[in-house]
Amino acid sequence: MKPAPFVHHSPRTLDEAVAVLGDVGHDGKVLAGGQSLIPVLNMRLAQPAHLVDINRVAGLDTVTVTDTSVRVGAIVRHAQLEKHDGAYAVLPLLRQALRNVAHPAIRNRGTTVGSIAHADAAGEMPSIAVLTDAVIEAIGPRGRREIAAREFFEGPLQTLLEADEILEAVRFGRFAPGTRTAFLESARRHGDYALAGLGVAVDVEGDGPDAVVRGARAAYVSVTDIPVVLDLSEAVAGQRVSSASWDGVEELVQAGIAPEADIHASSDYRRALAVELTRRALTTAATTTEPATTTTEGHA
Amino acid sequence: MTDTDQTAPALVDVTLRVNGVEHTRTVEPRRLLSDFLRHDLRLTGTHVGCEHGVCGACTVLVDGDPMRSCLMFAVSAQEHELTTVEGLGTQEAMGPVQQAFVECHGLQCGFCTPGFVTTISAFIEENPDPTLEEAREAISGNLCRCTGYQNICKAVVRAAEIRRERSTSSTEAGERA
Repeated sequence: MKPAPFVHHSPRTLDEAVAVLGDVGHDGKVLAGGQSLIPVLNMRLAQPAHLVDINRVAGLDTVTVTDTSVRVGAIVRHAQLEKHDGAYAVLPLLRQALRNVAHPAIRNRGTTVGSIAHADAAGEMPSIAVLTDAVIEAIGPRGRREIAAREFFEGPLQTLLEADEILEAVRFGRFAPGTRTAFLESARRHGDYALAGLGVAVDVEGDGPDAVVRGARAAYVSVTDIPVVLDLSEAVAGQRVSSASWDGVEELVQAGIAPEADIHASSDYRRALAVELTRRALTTAATTTEPATTTTEGHA
Repeated sequence: MTDTDQTAPALVDVTLRVNGVEHTRTVEPRRLLSDFLRHDLRLTGTHVGCEHGVCGACTVLVDGDPMRSCLMFAVSAQEHELTTVEGLGTQEAMGPVQQAFVECHGLQCGFCTPGFVTTISAFIEENPDPTLEEAREAISGNLCRCTGYQNICKAVVRAAEIRRERSTSSTEAGERA
């Protein structure tokens, strides 16, 4: 299993990268961490004639925490974002989800932005992008443009990104104060593609056991073609976090997902799993002691 | 097939530092790091199993972090410091992980072992006193078809112990000197 021959481009600046991809984009791919692309090349499922390797492009390796978002550059590794304390303090959902992305050795090389560009239905970070109302920053020969994550994904492995555009960064939106989050998935082997999984954001009013749930949203992994946000509020609003029953979410979850069967699990099994994982994730989120996004400063 | 497919792309000079030694070879850009190590540098300690990132046998350390050498091109590994299993000890002076594998019977056929040794070496640097549960988690990205993993988990804990013993005795030796 070896890749077909290609020309390797190693631009040092973003302008250079945009120019090169502008020339070869019709038969070229951007190489960031390569943890999804290189298996595809090794198995010859794709044979681009050019690879534009952006690993040495200056300025793409930073995580920036602002009042409204966590901005992640194109070559920030999953592990780098997972360990970023500033990002964790304001948006713990990132670390909660990243711990489920493949294995540590893959997270050391793979990039968060790259996995969003790849748009695998089993990928964790596309779901986190929609759940946080992320903004996708693309750059190409026609300049820069910003795309809402909720519109970015068109189908499995398909996005609005043009062949000559580079995904420069993703800005994950911070939640309103009082939002509690969790991420949960189930796989045959920890780190493998999940049979089903989800991230949840629960809006909570108050503190302690008497705090009341105002609403909840979820975004799923492996059970929807593209990541979508499911609003579970009508089934959970008004409950106390310490004694909440989440049984009412089943109907909403069933209506919102469309899992396919494969050799690992039937569609029905995935449905049952998604419902149960939703209950557990809601419980975890509602009772979490991880930092909530309650302040807008002092964490950067 | 397009014209580009039939014209071989230009060869590139790749310079890598592996286990402290610098090597330069002229290769195709598509040369995987795993093949560069094995074929071009004859460092055959790095094993190649699945070639799509699942098995972990080809794991090497890039600037100290475990990565799959089958999911990197040699040309992308330039300017980084690589460590392979050959750099983690010799038969005469085994590294802590290798010593622990011997003591705990952590291998049978040995095919997967180089990937475990590199992965665990990095892990015990980060977590010098792991529990058995943490050890299990640490090796979850590496496949072994022989052992059933129990002895490998024990070897992780033992390797951390040996590493601590060695660093204590070297500190004591340093204090005496």
